[in-house]
Amino acid sequence: MAIEDTNMEIIKIKKSDWAGGIDKSRKTYHLFGPVKHKNHHIFRQLENNIYPDMEYMSSVLSPKSVLFPQSQKILVTSADASGKACHIFTPPEQDHTPRAVIGIRPCDAKAVQLVKLNFDTKEYQDPYWCSAFEATTFVGLAVNTPSVLDFSTSAGSGPFAQEGLDVLLVDCKDHYLAKILSQKGKEFLNTAGFNEKEDPKAADQVIQQMKISAEKAICSVIQTQHLKKKTVLELYEAPFWEDIAFSCISCGTCAYVCPTCWCFDIQDETQGKTAVRFRNWDTCMPALFTRHSSGHNPRGEKIQRVRQRFMHKLKYFDDKYDQGIMCIGCGRCVEKCPVNIDIRDICNLMNAYKPEKESDAGEIKGEIK
Amino acid sequence: MNTITKNIQELAVSLLRDKTVDIVIGFKSGTVPMSSVPFVAKTTEQARTFIWDTHCRLNLANYLTGRKEKIGIIAKGCDSRNIANHIIENKISREQLHIIGVPCSGMVDKVKIASEFTEEIIEYTEQPDSFVVKTASQTKTLLKKDYLRANCSTCMHPNPVIYDQLAADRVTEPLIENQFADVNRIEALSRDEKWQHFDDLLQDCIRCYACRNACPLCYCPTCFVDESDPQWVGKGTDTTDIRTFHFLRAYHCAGRCTDCGACVEACPMDINVRDFTRKLNKDVFDMYGWEAGLDIKNRPPLDTFNPDDPDEFIK
Repeated sequence: MAIEDTNMEIIKIKKSDWAGGIDKSRKTYHLFGPVKHKNHHIFRQLENNIYPDMEYMSSVLSPKSVLFPQSQKILVTSADASGKACHIFTPPEQDHTPRAVIGIRPCDAKAVQLVKLNFDTKEYQDPYWCSAFEATTFVGLAVNTPSVLDFSTSAGSGPFAQEGLDVLLVDCKDHYLAKILSQKGKEFLNTAGFNEKEDPKAADQVIQQMKISAEKAICSVIQTQHLKKKTVLELYEAPFWEDIAFSCISCGTCAYVCPTCWCFDIQDETQGKTAVRFRNWDTCMPALFTRHSSGHNPRGEKIQRVRQRFMHKLKYFDDKYDQGIMCIGCGRCVEKCPVNIDIRDICNLMNAYKPEKESDAGEIKGEIK
Repeated sequence: MNTITKNIQELAVSLLRDKTVDIVIGFKSGTVPMSSVPFVAKTTEQARTFIWDTHCRLNLANYLTGRKEKIGIIAKGCDSRNIANHIIENKISREQLHIIGVPCSGMVDKVKIASEFTEEIIEYTEQPDSFVVKTASQTKTLLKKDYLRANCSTCMHPNPVIYDQLAADRVTEPLIENQFADVNRIEALSRDEKWQHFDDLLQDCIRCYACRNACPLCYCPTCFVDESDPQWVGKGTDTTDIRTFHFLRAYHCAGRCTDCGACVEACPMDINVRDFTRKLNKDVFDMYGWEAGLDIKNRPPLDTFNPDDPDEFIK
């Protein structure tokens, strides 16, 4: 629940007190955070002697796995006739005691809100994702020095954006300013023993100044203003998809590193008398994703799948939910795509696209730079 | 513009203009530092966007499978060996191709370069033997030879093995005394250390299959990991399933792998996928004196039968 700005509270956390507070919070929360691993950072659950690396720039995979693990047991059953649950699928025991994600980037927190639109709807509430979400407090870390690949400000978020966060931490060299954004956030800071209140007006001014300079430092922008007005068909039939799709190798990298991609596959695995139903991340890039059991495949061609990815993120999503595009500008797919397919270019291309004549939308010979 | 880029563009433009080919496959510049994009040119204007630099790491033979047109293709040494593989394995015919060969002086390792800096790399420019890397606070000139990819530093076939035209003069082919020193190091480990080594190697695999999909050898219509009837492997993150995928893929490449490094290049998690294929390359070399894709006449040893084939391993 968001706290009104008039009751705004900003807490000062000296860096010398940080580790102690983190340790205190462990008594109540399972902590997740960025950790240096080999050449990069990953988000994972932190053991008691591990602290989140607050100097990290980005994590190779997004923190979506805290709520939506790559592989999750959702149901188990047994063929053992002596047991009570013989042949009855039941959810395994799950830990939904409080957890906190420390140091999540603001755009990644916004991504969780977009994923929520899928897992928490009026008709259906995904019990696994929703319980994990309820249990989680998001303690964000504002990005003072955005990456050259960060285009979050033009993708509905930003280096200091607050949406989806319970606390926003701002790194002020020897201390953090912690802006409380929800009751959950307040409770986390209390538990950690962070309670040195700052004058909210003065502290917020400091934060605003830092926000302005961080936003100014963002050098990468996308144009999205015309996407909504365009018809699905005119974009669908645009001539540029073939060129974009050529280099794609149909791997799952873009979807797996993406904080907003939510597609999954259900798999049953049996061993001896035990059966487990798993939910695994899936990706729309390989042909297998849409192959029907009949053998028919509505997206058997690479061009159809590449188009689907960008149409879903940049057009269908906004048309359906009216919440902007399904991309928060983190830059992970731009960096990690093995063939450098760049969503920024594609978004700009779609946004600027005008079929010459309605009738020959599908025939214009187009090319991309 | 460097000379090779200029030559590639000119050759590609004339191929398209004279209608010798319908398309030319090459690389264009990427949108982020140290990247390139496989690109198909159908017009002479598009052919003028081709580039050549030390980031053309992927293997363009991967884009030939199943194509029906007359194709011009830019090929460095390893690409040309995979084209030879493709021809031997009937994935494409020699007559369908016009190969613009590029004698290669090696591609650089972007992960190794990035690890030299604590800050993000924001600009990269190339000179003949060196490159300049810029971050927010520093500019450094580094030598290419110090940052070659591991597979490039042991490559003995930098010149294209088949081609119709060359975009540059042939380079000297280095003679490397032991091109399998990396495999020897792993072979020397104890059983437990080896297990640990491969466990660590696969710890980060997310099963995106970028390694498989970037590999020109992996053109099976349905990969065994994608089969559902029967289903050979689980699809989650179970270590047995992850190992099964990598082991089987490596064995499927035995005697066919040219060590082009596309698998490593494509991996988003920086896994040195070559640790699997290298051992098999070495075994095939030791047992059969075979290196993949050196010509279009001989079939790979595991693809043929000879009564004199070594069989000491059968106990």
